[in-house]
Amino acid sequence: MIAELGHYALVLALLIALVQTTVPLYGAAKNDFSLMGVAQPAATAQFIAIAIAFGALTHAYVTSDFSVINVAENSHSLKPLLYKISGVWGNHEGSMILWVLILALFGFAVAQFGIHLPPTLKARVLSVQASIGVAFLGFILLTSNPFLRLDPPPVDGRDLNPLLQDPGLAFHPPMLYLGYVGFSMAFSFAVAALIEGRVDPAWARWVRPWTLAAWIALTAGITLGSWWAYYELGWGGWWYWDPVENASFMPWLSGTALLHSAVVVEKRDALKSWTILLAILTFALSLMGTFLVRSGVLTSVHAFAVDPERGLYILAILVLFVGGALIMFALRAPSMKLGGLFQPISREGGLVMNNLLLSVATATVFIGTLYPLFLDATTGQKVSVGPPFFNATFVPVMIPLVLLMAIGPMLAWKRGDLSAAMSRLWFAVALSFGIGIFVFWLHSNEPLTPVIGFALAGWLAGGTLKEFADRIGLFRDQLSKSLSKARRLPRSAYGMTLAHLGLSIFICGAVADSAWRTEVVLNAKERDKTSIAGFEAQLENVERLEGPNYHLERATVVIRKNGKYVTSVFPERRFYPVQQMPTTEAAIYTTLLADVYVSLGEGSKAQGWTLRLWYNPLIPWIWAGCLIMVLGGLVSLSDRRLRIGTPLKRAHKKVQANGLPENA
Amino acid sequence: MTPKRRRLTMVGLGLLMVATATTLALNAFEDTLVFFYSPTDLIDTKTNPKKQIRVGGLVEEKSLLKSGDGLSVSFTITDLDNSLPVIFNGALPDLFREGQGVVAEGYLVDGLFQAKHVLAKHDENYMPKEVADSLKKSGKWKGGSKQ
Repeated sequence: MIAELGHYALVLALLIALVQTTVPLYGAAKNDFSLMGVAQPAATAQFIAIAIAFGALTHAYVTSDFSVINVAENSHSLKPLLYKISGVWGNHEGSMILWVLILALFGFAVAQFGIHLPPTLKARVLSVQASIGVAFLGFILLTSNPFLRLDPPPVDGRDLNPLLQDPGLAFHPPMLYLGYVGFSMAFSFAVAALIEGRVDPAWARWVRPWTLAAWIALTAGITLGSWWAYYELGWGGWWYWDPVENASFMPWLSGTALLHSAVVVEKRDALKSWTILLAILTFALSLMGTFLVRSGVLTSVHAFAVDPERGLYILAILVLFVGGALIMFALRAPSMKLGGLFQPISREGGLVMNNLLLSVATATVFIGTLYPLFLDATTGQKVSVGPPFFNATFVPVMIPLVLLMAIGPMLAWKRGDLSAAMSRLWFAVALSFGIGIFVFWLHSNEPLTPVIGFALAGWLAGGTLKEFADRIGLFRDQLSKSLSKARRLPRSAYGMTLAHLGLSIFICGAVADSAWRTEVVLNAKERDKTSIAGFEAQLENVERLEGPNYHLERATVVIRKNGKYVTSVFPERRFYPVQQMPTTEAAIYTTLLADVYVSLGEGSKAQGWTLRLWYNPLIPWIWAGCLIMVLGGLVSLSDRRLRIGTPLKRAHKKVQANGLPENA
Repeated sequence: MTPKRRRLTMVGLGLLMVATATTLALNAFEDTLVFFYSPTDLIDTKTNPKKQIRVGGLVEEKSLLKSGDGLSVSFTITDLDNSLPVIFNGALPDLFREGQGVVAEGYLVDGLFQAKHVLAKHDENYMPKEVADSLKKSGKWKGGSKQ
């Protein structure tokens, strides 16, 4: 009964979305306020209907209702509660429901918080957002309905892929989707602006917080995914340039570019058409990511059921929305008024370079990801493009970007003074050389790559810190004056400083891990010892135990340093009988400076077990750097200007009962 | 700078960047593309023993041998027409099984494949996509209907 209710709610949501697509759009064209007013309650109702559907599916999972096909195929009564819930989005149909839920959530949020939005823009944004909803709700109901019944119901379910039964992965899809789908908001604003034929700083003030929110979620989602791959897949790495990883990384790159170009529109009223184009492309890349991982074009844990019909439908959505938006862009963009002028050496100029470099980086990842598919489709030749390709193309583009990241924020808007900025960069130079020489001294007889990487990270950190210090007049004014300046600094400034520092820390982690990771593989019997990077590891014993829905072998490995006990770690090998699948649960001993990573392979008491150990220097800095970037985003998002969505001086304006500002 | 010149500069810069990206990518492709072969392909294809390639197929039943220390293994990859012996030093992935699909990446030297990586990534049919396609090509595919 509850499943039927969910199905009904989905159909209802589709109808509401249809109304929300058409009526407000027509109202905005006719300047009819009552028709435009339909958008807000419709967005709310659509969100509630989809939430009911999502709740119904969750209910079926939690109560293990195996008469629903979707539950029978992807759940099991013995599964822990957390994975029963995360199982809702651990399959194709459920994940699409989560997708539309988040889509409607963003529409709902704009309806609720957008009280200062110009009414026609708001109506159009909600209408475009709803049209994406129509496409995806139609997709679910036609090809991927999760509420279909199974008669007679099986005694028990087929269980979730054991690799996905993990806390890190339980939250990875919702975060990633918040990011992917969040960029739909930027897309809707872009298309609405094209319909309006007008982009002004107020528009950018509206787009920025939504883009920022999506960017934060996407960053967190990718980080969670990478962290999961690191400790769950048991090969000690954190990024493999796998096509599925790239599919989420491309929207991140172009979303980062969008975040920066929106600043230029807001502050200087320039780069307007470019920002619109970037918003469209970012969402296009998000849709393409969905297409790639859902269509079964790529093989991975993400490609659930391989079904060409679904892939084709998503491809059609992609072509329709992106093609439509691009045609509209081609028609409308040339008529857009040119904005503020600027010299090449200026803050705007720096941000243009940022955008160009990020676009090139996106392009290299795009080529590397899609070329094998292209070659397979045209010649049938099968190739794979791995880390060496991306090291040779992506990294060279990142180096000038990081160099610019220290200089750009020091340039003034409109017309910057490069020599003045360079003279302020002595601290960055000093830090860069200091760290570079230190690293060279530590590893003097090895390749120079890590030295360059660390020097770059030092340059970025030095430039970012100096820019912040100058802004609050640290060491120039009295300390109390600096502190009061720091208090008055907008939060977006703190956000930028944090995010750039986070990247610097991330670079250290990534460079150190790729240059100095060491690995030991051995066949160990109980009491056998090995040593890695100054640590001594001893296999104490291996026990056989029973988990809630799996059997396991658990090893006790004692880690010592200079003969002194440091810690014991417990790597496991699990076997999930329902899916007949083994998984490796690595054990990690982490200090802030490195991880010792132990993974247990196959074996027996008589023969010994295969034991793999890695020493991963600075790898915690990768996660720390990403978290600091996320934190920077959150701090920036909490900026008063963005929260209210309108400049301070207008914030106190009275709001009428209908939610429109007085002068609307 | 006039708006027109500014726009030209932007377009120029953009084109320069696109050219850079293309050059980088094409250059990198030459050295880094890893081609995939089935054991049958390798009979009449000359490959460079210094260049990494991928070979995929099924792990032949009862072909897996482990050395005394359990760290180096040998097995045979077959596409049911022809087969290729593989040696590998390292831990095999969790999902490596005889009779199931596998992809090995490494170097082919004098008819012996020296694997650097062994991948047993899979969908629900325990079959890497490349392997499924090459089996379909040789008409030996008996897998699930979903493919």
